[in-house]
Amino acid sequence: MGAKFVATSLMKPGMSLELRGAGVTFGGGLVGGPRKEALRPIDLVIAADTPQILAVVGESGSGKTTLTRLLVALVRPSMGRVLWHGRDVWRLDAKEFREYRRSVQAIFQDPFGAYNPVYRVDRMLLLPAIQFGLAVSEEAARPLAERALADVGLRPAETLGRFPHQLSGGQRQRLMVARAMMLKPAVLVADEPVSMVDASLRATILESLWHMRHDTGMSLVYVTHDLATAYQIADRVLVMRNGEVVEHGEASQVIRDPTHSYTRALMAAVPPPDPTIDWGLEKQR
Amino acid sequence: MQWLGSDTQGRDVLASLLTATPQTLKIGLLAGLIGLGVGGLLGLLAGWFRGVVDAVIRTTCDVMMTIPAIAVLVLVGTSVRTMTVWMMALVVALLSWMVPARAVRAQVLSLRERSWIDMARLNGIGGIRIIFADLLPNLAPYLAANFVIAVSTAMLATVGLEALGLGPQNELTLGMMIYWAQYSGAILRGMWWWWVPPVLALVLIFLALLAISLGMDRIVNVRLRSDL
Amino acid sequence: MSVALSVRNLSVEFATQAGVARAVNDVSFDLMPGERLGIVGESGSGKTTTALSLLHLVRKPGRIVDGRILIDGINIAKASPEILRRMRAARIALVPQGAMNALNPVLTCGAQFDDLFAAHAVPGGRAQIGSLLESVGLTEDVADLFPHQLSGGMKQRVCIALAIALRPAVIVADEPTSALDVIVQKQVLQTLVRVQRNLGAAIILVGHDMGLMAQFAHRIGVMYAGRLVEIGSARAIFGDPRHPYTRMLIASLPSFGARGVFQGIPGLPPSLLAQAPGCPFTPRCPRAAARCAEEAPETTSFSDGREVRCHFADEARHVA
Repeated sequence: MGAKFVATSLMKPGMSLELRGAGVTFGGGLVGGPRKEALRPIDLVIAADTPQILAVVGESGSGKTTLTRLLVALVRPSMGRVLWHGRDVWRLDAKEFREYRRSVQAIFQDPFGAYNPVYRVDRMLLLPAIQFGLAVSEEAARPLAERALADVGLRPAETLGRFPHQLSGGQRQRLMVARAMMLKPAVLVADEPVSMVDASLRATILESLWHMRHDTGMSLVYVTHDLATAYQIADRVLVMRNGEVVEHGEASQVIRDPTHSYTRALMAAVPPPDPTIDWGLEKQR
Repeated sequence: MQWLGSDTQGRDVLASLLTATPQTLKIGLLAGLIGLGVGGLLGLLAGWFRGVVDAVIRTTCDVMMTIPAIAVLVLVGTSVRTMTVWMMALVVALLSWMVPARAVRAQVLSLRERSWIDMARLNGIGGIRIIFADLLPNLAPYLAANFVIAVSTAMLATVGLEALGLGPQNELTLGMMIYWAQYSGAILRGMWWWWVPPVLALVLIFLALLAISLGMDRIVNVRLRSDL
Repeated sequence: MSVALSVRNLSVEFATQAGVARAVNDVSFDLMPGERLGIVGESGSGKTTTALSLLHLVRKPGRIVDGRILIDGINIAKASPEILRRMRAARIALVPQGAMNALNPVLTCGAQFDDLFAAHAVPGGRAQIGSLLESVGLTEDVADLFPHQLSGGMKQRVCIALAIALRPAVIVADEPTSALDVIVQKQVLQTLVRVQRNLGAAIILVGHDMGLMAQFAHRIGVMYAGRLVEIGSARAIFGDPRHPYTRMLIASLPSFGARGVFQGIPGLPPSLLAQAPGCPFTPRCPRAAARCAEEAPETTSFSDGREVRCHFADEARHVA
């Protein structure tokens, strides 16, 4: 059955993004190919007026990417519902849907595919700025874009005006983070936002995301396979495996004292940056 | 002065060549455009909407591909009283839309899964606008390449038909020149100046199409641009 | 004890449209037999180029412009293609990044071994392939499978088996586990360690994961902007980092001790084109002095084997 996980103890009136028994299954039927349960039904509530950072930890095939796509309405739930303000996201009218899009944004894992190769990277920042009413024209949007770039350590002169294939993977990923920072959504779903970024810069970007919670009241769903950064940034943690939640709770609780064997295996597999600790590398399998 | 000599009826070969070439080009371009337009559109619909739409278009496409085009063309050619340039173009186009359709469908299926389509959705952009603003510019290289292929294939098909005598009787095309030359025994008589020029003209046309295709790719394929 | 591999003053340049980029700048280090050396650095540090240079696999527009790479008295940097061909895989082998791309997709795994044996005029055979696969924890029937039938971890193990097939003295592993899930990663690394010890080979692991390096390597070399800025035993590096970059890098690592604490290194690594004189870390270095921008630091050697490229290497450790 689905795991019940509530971000706040009381459902407060106001903005909320909720998954109610939502699950995703691919395939099946006559023409669909083999049936695959990408995500078992899950209950999840993110109340945007009590901001918090939720880490979703899992490896490939765990369903974490499907979960992010469900939250931002890029994939329909095969069962259950995705609710925004208590209303089904797939049944909203145009205006309400626009407001949902404005308030719930995402950062994708794939910095290569996220950019349309025929356009310059400026479009990644300027287009949403105009679409969501942050600026009336490209000229007006430019200062916003430049400030966002500075926040992620990118130099506008070296970044704007270029095509995606002219930037490195790390630069492209940072630019996507800049986009999110510029839009300041109520809920940000970030799927591996810093995996392609150097360690020295990773901390800076995570810090910016962390502060966004305090400064703008944004809630962050941080999807990663990296337990260490999850611990660093999250209030609560969800551990996923093969499409279902195997453990959830307070970050320090889950990571320091995991109950599920899979979580323990994950923890044991993270190499501690301290040579004096025996990680078990020399043991036979 | 007849620079390329004359045929068995004394007609100036050069003059014939100058009349025939535009006609061949016309057929090729028409057939290519119609085939690409129809095929491209169907491929786009099939790839974007998938499901039933895709199943119908794909099956039609696959079935029609198994029909030997020459047989149909010959059939149409023999049953029609007078073949005109327009009719040739149409018939050839109707049998050549399948290849662009499949190519475009494959591309669209691949492109629609890219994250930048997701990003467009996240920006609150609707489906139609995504197709025009995001998808089509990426389809442009494939359309350009397929255009040239479509035109070349169309021309080859028409030349083949014409050489068999099924072409437009009242209008002169390069294929018809070859047909008339062969009909009058030019090869046996060694009158090479009659059939070699149209063949050379066709070769040049195909080379030119290749050059156009390469040039279009340069413009349209962003990665090949070496600006900045 | 003689060294397994000796690198002296290695420099590699890339000729780009925008100018010449010095990807590796005057790098020197030794590798002892049986040792596990980790070369760690971030993007643009030159670590991968260094690793590929060791097998002379750097291709145009890159080329080795200076330095020596000695294995068994032969200088790889200047060796003829025939000698290189014989040495690769037999004396020095590569476990590449992204095994999905390194294996030939149309050959079975066994056929790829056969290729290798044939190229080096070695008998090989099914039994040997079987024992190699077993030594990396796979069963013999993997030899009949195609790469796409294997999982990422299994493919990487096949690459390890290929690398050790001719019993090389030196193995160069370029981020062999970065594409793998963390649990599989540990298993593959355990395999690598076991294999390396059985063979008595020395191994150079190139990567950016400091945690991995801490656990895997006996010695660690830190690269920044093409230079080897610090090298020493893993314990010494983590316990007492002497180069400011190493210090800040270790401080930026998340650990399970601190929440909400972030210590990134502000600024960006320098461009590798038109490099300024002096130390490349100067703009981001908290210890930088006027001297640093003008004068490139020489290597300071310490008695415990530590080498540091910093004008202030002698200073006692202080909290960054």
